[in-house]
Amino acid sequence: MQIDAYDREYMCSGHVGCAGCGATIAMRLFMKAMGEKTIMVLPACCWSVIAGPYPQSAMKIPVIHTAFETGGATASGVRAALDMKGDTETSVVTWAGDGGTFDIGFQSLSGAVERNEDFIYVCYDNEAYMNTGIQRSSSTPYGAWTTTTPGQDWKRLRKKNIVEVLVAHRIPYVATANIAFPEDLIRKAQKAKSIKGSKFLHIFASCPTGWRIPSEMSVKIARMAVQTNIFPLYEVEDGIHYTINHKPKEYLVREYFKLQGRFRHLTDKDLDQIQTMVDEDWGLLLKKAGERS
Amino acid sequence: MKRVLEGSHAVAEAVRLANVQVVSAYPITPQTHIVEIISDYCAKGKMNAKFIPVESEHSCLAALVGAQSAGVRTFTATSSQGLALMHEILHWVSAARLPIVMVDVNRALGPGWNIWTDQTDSLSQRDTGWIQLYCEDGQEVLDTTLQAFRLAERVNLPVMVVLDAFFLSHTYEPVDVPEQKEVDRFLPSYSPRFNLDTRNPYTLSPLVTPAFYMEMRHDMALAMDEAMTCFAEIEEEYAALFNRRYGSVEAVTCDDAEIILVTSGTITSTTRLLLEELRAKGEKVGLLKMKMFRPFPVEAVCRALGRAKKVAVIDRNFSFGAGGVFAQEIKAALYKLPVRPTVFGYIAGLGGRDVTTDILEEIYIKTRETDLPSQESIWIGLQEVKYAN
Repeated sequence: MQIDAYDREYMCSGHVGCAGCGATIAMRLFMKAMGEKTIMVLPACCWSVIAGPYPQSAMKIPVIHTAFETGGATASGVRAALDMKGDTETSVVTWAGDGGTFDIGFQSLSGAVERNEDFIYVCYDNEAYMNTGIQRSSSTPYGAWTTTTPGQDWKRLRKKNIVEVLVAHRIPYVATANIAFPEDLIRKAQKAKSIKGSKFLHIFASCPTGWRIPSEMSVKIARMAVQTNIFPLYEVEDGIHYTINHKPKEYLVREYFKLQGRFRHLTDKDLDQIQTMVDEDWGLLLKKAGERS
Repeated sequence: MKRVLEGSHAVAEAVRLANVQVVSAYPITPQTHIVEIISDYCAKGKMNAKFIPVESEHSCLAALVGAQSAGVRTFTATSSQGLALMHEILHWVSAARLPIVMVDVNRALGPGWNIWTDQTDSLSQRDTGWIQLYCEDGQEVLDTTLQAFRLAERVNLPVMVVLDAFFLSHTYEPVDVPEQKEVDRFLPSYSPRFNLDTRNPYTLSPLVTPAFYMEMRHDMALAMDEAMTCFAEIEEEYAALFNRRYGSVEAVTCDDAEIILVTSGTITSTTRLLLEELRAKGEKVGLLKMKMFRPFPVEAVCRALGRAKKVAVIDRNFSFGAGGVFAQEIKAALYKLPVRPTVFGYIAGLGGRDVTTDILEEIYIKTRETDLPSQESIWIGLQEVKYAN
């Protein structure tokens, strides 16, 4: 890790994120690793607003806002233009939410990484369409309330495993990261920057507004997602080589769930079932990494 | 040098000569010949450009948004369903003020599946802020594509060059292909007014509140108006070098004409034949070819049609609940005249049905023999169809 990474700032004060916004912390940390030779593509997501309205910007690097489902494609074009201009130094980054990645932007992302475009695609994941008012996405986890999975119709479907989908494209680098683990996040961003071809970073970014949590709990709850094995920290190189970066003590998932308003309706039986699902996923990951618990 | 080229190849030659740097494309019949040749030129180094083989038309245009914003000249071609899929990004490109050039090969929209020519695909994009130029033959395709880059870059609006499926895209004709050094004099290398640059970082296309949005749209409106005058200037420059000009419209024997047929695309060539025949018989008939559709050449249309008694607009397209698109626009343009010709709207040749001189003559006679149109849109050549149960 570059020594001065922590001192560098590429975000200005005055952004318009909510108090405790994990997506904002994610950007701040990520950019510390990337540096000024970065062009950022921002498809529609919370960050379309957080970056600030015209004529202001919270970012100190060139940013191009683009349509919701075009993160992969727009970055492909920026990269092609830089290549034609002989600029191999500048990194191209797509910074998208879970809706723009798991759902509407999925085709564009898959197309871009199948072509092994030389860019980093970052999905900051707050597990629903938060910018439009907490609607479910295919990243919304089993058990969650959202405004489109209301009351007794809470989401009874699994969260799409986007990391494994990207791994299946056999791209050079796929990793998960979390705003509560800044050293790990910055190291992974720097690693992604150093590799040629398509890189995918999946950053877990808590959302106090949508998760119905106090803003000061944002980082703590993000950390608990790793500690409970709900969101393991790992990286996969060339679609084959798995490395688990953090082996937690395996707190019970109910500790994580009971702190969040979005899971308030779940019964002990529901939580037991979710615990089984999380254990099963963790077991699968260990197997892929050739490790034991 | 004169070469015998398909309309599609004429496009590819123009793109090569224009020193385009990034091309993205997704295949759709009848656009494929254009992008196959460009792809081949990129692979063989005949063009110093990067070809991005995207996974959809939507991504195709989005990729060009990225490339053009990063400061290079770009191009793509599409058709029909592909253009419809791009619709969202068509708006994005024009409002982002990106001078992207695209060829649309006019093809019918499904269902039923139909790969043949029909203008409804491009005309239904009329409000997207793209300049639209319709071509009649292979030479015009090549010339217009080259001019399109100059025009787009001058006013920072995108240009759509439009040609008929098969009748033009797949038809071989002699085409004069200019030398690279001559083209370079007309179209210098691309110099963007703004682009993504880490040495001078700023944000493109951000959130815009009601405090600024309207002014930005008004700037686009002014640029679209300016495109009309710029096109004439660019055509003059082109004519000085290559001795060819087309005009936003072309009026043929309209000065003393009592009835004027209005056409676009390849139907124009067929109408020229009929015109000669009718004039030889002493009929006072004229032809107005519409090349430019956006911006709509209101002044030129009024000048050409103002003295006629009747105007017959032939539309190879249809806007349901309204009529033929060219007819609507021409009626609106003529409204400003104190005395106006009667406008007859004819629908012909949809989905690639041939529009022959016989059909055009039927249209002419119908117009001559009736004082007022029997209907808002008169569909020509409809058959009695018995549908299967």
